[in-house]
Amino acid sequence: MSTHGITRADLQLVHLPRRRRINRAMELLAWLAATIAVAALVVVVWSVAKRGAPALNLDLLTRAPVAFALGPVKQGLANAFAGSLVLVGLATLMTVPVGILIAVYLTEYARPSIRSAVSLALDVLNGVPAIVIAIFVFGLLVVGHGQSGWAGSFALACLMLPLVARSTMEVLLLVPVSLREASLGLGVPRWRTTLSIVLPQTLGGIVTGTVLAVARVAGETAPLLFTSSIVGTQVGWSPNHALQSIPVAIYELSESADPADHARAWAAATVLLVFILLTSLTARWLATRGRRRLSTSR
Amino acid sequence: MSAVPAPRLTARRFRAGDAALQLVAGAAALAACVVVALIVWKVVDGSLPSIHAYGIRFVWRVAWNPVLGHELYGAGSFLFGTAVTSLVALLTAAPLAIGVALFLTELAPRFLRGAVTALVETLAAIPSVVIGLWGILVLGPVLRDDVEPALHTALGFIPLFGPASASGSSVFTAIVVLTIMILPIVSSISRELFLGVPRELREGALALGTTRWEMVRGVVLPYARGGIAAALILGLGRAIGEAIAVSQVIGGVVGIHWSLFSGGDTLGSKIAESYQGGTTKLQVASLIYLGLVLLVFSLSMNLAAQWIVRRVARRQGVGTNRGGLA
Repeated sequence: MSTHGITRADLQLVHLPRRRRINRAMELLAWLAATIAVAALVVVVWSVAKRGAPALNLDLLTRAPVAFALGPVKQGLANAFAGSLVLVGLATLMTVPVGILIAVYLTEYARPSIRSAVSLALDVLNGVPAIVIAIFVFGLLVVGHGQSGWAGSFALACLMLPLVARSTMEVLLLVPVSLREASLGLGVPRWRTTLSIVLPQTLGGIVTGTVLAVARVAGETAPLLFTSSIVGTQVGWSPNHALQSIPVAIYELSESADPADHARAWAAATVLLVFILLTSLTARWLATRGRRRLSTSR
Repeated sequence: MSAVPAPRLTARRFRAGDAALQLVAGAAALAACVVVALIVWKVVDGSLPSIHAYGIRFVWRVAWNPVLGHELYGAGSFLFGTAVTSLVALLTAAPLAIGVALFLTELAPRFLRGAVTALVETLAAIPSVVIGLWGILVLGPVLRDDVEPALHTALGFIPLFGPASASGSSVFTAIVVLTIMILPIVSSISRELFLGVPRELREGALALGTTRWEMVRGVVLPYARGGIAAALILGLGRAIGEAIAVSQVIGGVVGIHWSLFSGGDTLGSKIAESYQGGTTKLQVASLIYLGLVLLVFSLSMNLAAQWIVRRVARRQGVGTNRGGLA
């Protein structure tokens, strides 16, 4: 990558045909790069959908897997779907209040030095590899107590927290200062201004950020490996025991040698992809709608 | 001027509310910091038996022998695997990602711009386990049957391109998978950087008679240089930390092999593969020690990226945004 800026030699007209050719070549390369990126997405999604769609049926959602199945037995992944619901649900419940409070503290109360320290901590947390989070929660909650849904959802919550806190902070900063000043000027104390004037303005943004974070952790496998992965085949809803989840089920089935297992892995991957794509699209739609509302109301 | 009268009364009455909210919110912020400290502490604590047994030499020793009585563990081969997979993936993804970002900011017709941006972001949203599933069942066999033999025939004199893998699981497959995973991250950050290049600079360059590429080379890239470096480091950090997809496609082989088509293992994938438990305390501690090495590497990557971002932001006087969030 040249960084010397533009020199006079670059602009000599004699070289124009060559310069145009180089320009054309670079434009073609950029088109090529974009084509490759889009092709990668299309190929992955198409491969999953093509193999997953035929294997999709109601049994997948309603039947538990059968241990030591001989021959074609009707079996599904009901335990994984139930477990994922519980794990992601609990993680969301743990994360959202804490994430919002952190964002409120950072935008409304913290001194600049504390603010940069805490945002650094959030960025560091965001940069910790998911597999290391798994080891951490393994050491904190699993050793001595065994795997549980609580441990799994806490691991997911560690991944979600920086996402929710960061997105909430971004929308809180968008709320015009004049709104806060108007409220404070009317004699409303700061905490009521924050809770009943500022936060309601950002509700849409918080929902969007949370939905995106849910879409992100719903597909996470690594944090659950050491915390909620050694499971039976029964459908369980209680987080006191280890719960199966869709990503861990896909992970295990993908390493199996049995094509029937692969078929279920593809089907589960299809469901997971549809869920993630739908939630991300919804979040993006909410975000654009919210932004439009915020700009017209101002 | 006289003192401000009445309204302070209500303010004073509600100061308790202020204190409460500040306390609760501050506690939440403190909790986040505590979690970070706990992570470091628990990972160090868990690896202590292995640290005592092997010390710092663990980091570069090439060995992973869980046989009782002959136990010997080291991170060397996984460190090598991590370095090779993530660096080569980054080298492949970087030009692609910058190309995509340039396409989106400089070239794309309006009707393509939004669609391609959304598609690239969708690529980032695909869970690693799904990419790994595709990698092991679809991509692996294709690479094994077509790409690897072709590369071996054409470039076999370079030790990197050895005989094709038997199973389709290889370092090469892992590199392709990682490339796909970090491409959208680097390209979406680069795209935002390029959008931040002041219009006057672009127009000035074009008015001097530069071609579009010369404008990009002379104005856009130098302007975004620091940010691109940070984006690349973040992408590298992501590749280093990825455990699941890599463990699905890399084959799980200990040792240092120069051929890209042989199996391998990375720090993250080794840990992920061992999730069903270690046989001895020392093995478990050594796995956690691998996690410690991984944590140190990815955190230093992350902090380096933050540092660059902050420096660039200060120099340009604008928020180049996106600390670690991609």
